Amino acid sequence: MGGGFVVFEHVQKSYDGQTLVVKDLNLDIGKGEFLTMLGPSGSGKTTCLMMLAGFEQATHGEIRLDGQNINDVPPHKRGIGMVFQNYALFPHMTVGENLSFPLEVRGMTKAERETRIKRALDMVQMGAFINRRPAQLSGGQQQRIALARALVFDPKLVLMDEPLGALDKQLREHMQFEIKALHERLGITVVYVTHDQGEALTMSDRIAVFNDGRIQQLASPSALYEQPENSFVASFIGENNALPGTLEKLDGNSAIIRLHNGEAIDATAVNVRQVGQDTTVSIRPERVEFKPELMPAGAHTVEAEVMDVVYMGDILRTRLKVAGSEDFVMKCRNTIGQTRLSPGQKIRIGWHPQDARALDPV
Amino acid sequence: MALPNYASPAERIWHWSYLLICALIFIFLIAPILVIIPLSFNAEPYFTFTEKMRSFDPDGYSMRWYDSLLTFGMQAPDGPRNAGWWADAWANAKWINAAKNSLIIGFFSTILATFLGTLAALGLSRPEMPFRRAIMAILISPMIVPLIITATGMFFFYSNPCSVLGWVGLPTNCGRLAGTYLGVILAHATLGIPFVIITVTATLVGFDQSLNRAAASLGANPRTTFFRVTMPLILPGVISGALFAFVTSFDEVVAVLFIAGPDQQTIPRQMWNGIREQISPAILAVATILVIFSIALLATVELLRRRSERLRGVTPH
Repeated sequence: MGGGFVVFEHVQKSYDGQTLVVKDLNLDIGKGEFLTMLGPSGSGKTTCLMMLAGFEQATHGEIRLDGQNINDVPPHKRGIGMVFQNYALFPHMTVGENLSFPLEVRGMTKAERETRIKRALDMVQMGAFINRRPAQLSGGQQQRIALARALVFDPKLVLMDEPLGALDKQLREHMQFEIKALHERLGITVVYVTHDQGEALTMSDRIAVFNDGRIQQLASPSALYEQPENSFVASFIGENNALPGTLEKLDGNSAIIRLHNGEAIDATAVNVRQVGQDTTVSIRPERVEFKPELMPAGAHTVEAEVMDVVYMGDILRTRLKVAGSEDFVMKCRNTIGQTRLSPGQKIRIGWHPQDARALDPV
Repeated sequence: MALPNYASPAERIWHWSYLLICALIFIFLIAPILVIIPLSFNAEPYFTFTEKMRSFDPDGYSMRWYDSLLTFGMQAPDGPRNAGWWADAWANAKWINAAKNSLIIGFFSTILATFLGTLAALGLSRPEMPFRRAIMAILISPMIVPLIITATGMFFFYSNPCSVLGWVGLPTNCGRLAGTYLGVILAHATLGIPFVIITVTATLVGFDQSLNRAAASLGANPRTTFFRVTMPLILPGVISGALFAFVTSFDEVVAVLFIAGPDQQTIPRQMWNGIREQISPAILAVATILVIFSIALLATVELLRRRSERLRGVTPH
């Protein structure tokens, strides 16, 4: 994707003039895209959002919105809607007055304001709450109003800074769905910041994984989950098994990795190129198999000892001891006829080579 | 405050003595104020409870000291109480003039102190403001430095405010502030500013800065943001600060003694003169009126403040 609706070009940010919080950021967001900035706290994702909103100045580089350099445009002239983590509703105004505020500063007539407020409130199913004050609303309701307020003036771009962070799990999942539906219906461009990878995976068109002031990988949710390009992304997104070893043989992209206990496994080389190089092999727990008929023919298998099995309803989360490490996880679907493993049992596990990705050593 | 069932006898004794101590402290604080109220109705020119007062004889009580507040200083106090008499009282009665002066000076110094103090608090609450603590300490200093020292300094400075211009070779004579209304108003504003700074700063601590960012993201320029978002939310703190500033001015005597001229006779200064010249329960009558005035003022402002907080969706605390 891309298309240059929002462009970060060699953007750097430093608060103290010495350490860079954001190091050489390049990002191209297309019109109508839902892009999520995902990363641990302190990774620079919120700083990027604040630079886009205009509350922080880029130390170096250029930010463009719709082809126009906005480095020197003050926040109130950028026309970007924003939803804040703590909602930031004006407590002294009713819901209607909160929504009317951006329309009044744009000099709209009363009739037009009323039409738009009604439309925005109906959009988030809060039409009946127009005369309430924010303090009289629950967290989820306040978040809907914050969303309606950020959309009521038809901004070109909407930024969301961990908007669902303060809600409980059920409500959060419901709101994820609603935000996604609104995005699709209105065709707006959304830049969403979160540290919750589940949220990022379910909502986004593309995800930019931040760590240490850089984008580690920019890809669609499925690519990010199934084809992580480095160990940070592999371990940050979803559950991951990491097996350290050495690259023994390389043929195109298929590699043989020698684990530290001497066993050999199949893998796909991603960012290791030299035989003899240290590497970490990343395998998703649900891609690990222990029945020989589910493994590709001739695949290497590894000996494993079952440590414990946790019954989680839909899956059986099985912890294995593999190559000396006791936190190797295998997820087995709880289907009829699924083999129930018991602790102490010795099995052999394997996987498709493309599911085991040889990444940089941790 | 009820005791739990498992309280031991020692705990019970402590509980009741604690309440007793609280009551005694309360009486200690309030008694000097309460005692002046019956004394101000004394029929005799004494500061003590007479025999008749103690036996609740109506003859022991009178309104004469309240009446004297009107007549004192009048040209014809003993004439018939017609419109002419009231005009005379309004124009010449010393206590009425003092009240007028106190209200005028209090009003303008409160406006000035509230305006400047709120601006200072807003600036000092910004994280990027350099030397915040040092500047705050200087602005608060009139509250901490003994008043007589501040007043002495003011006296010398206000006598010839342009004297400092002599350091840079400019003419040093541009009139005086001492002995003028403006001088007293400025002095009282100086004393009132620390109260406004403290109350507004306290309100700003609880002010969510992301509201300003939200307003900006919604397209409001900084000026609109201030008047539509910041100001309404810190208004309760501003009102409290203004009340303190007004009360500071209203009961201030030291700076007035130093700076005011004969025209700026305020109520506290009139009381001071009254105590020195002729001791009479008229002082107590004034004091009673002031106590009632203060309570009414405090209650009104507190009610207004709560109402505004409720309207702003902030629960009073």
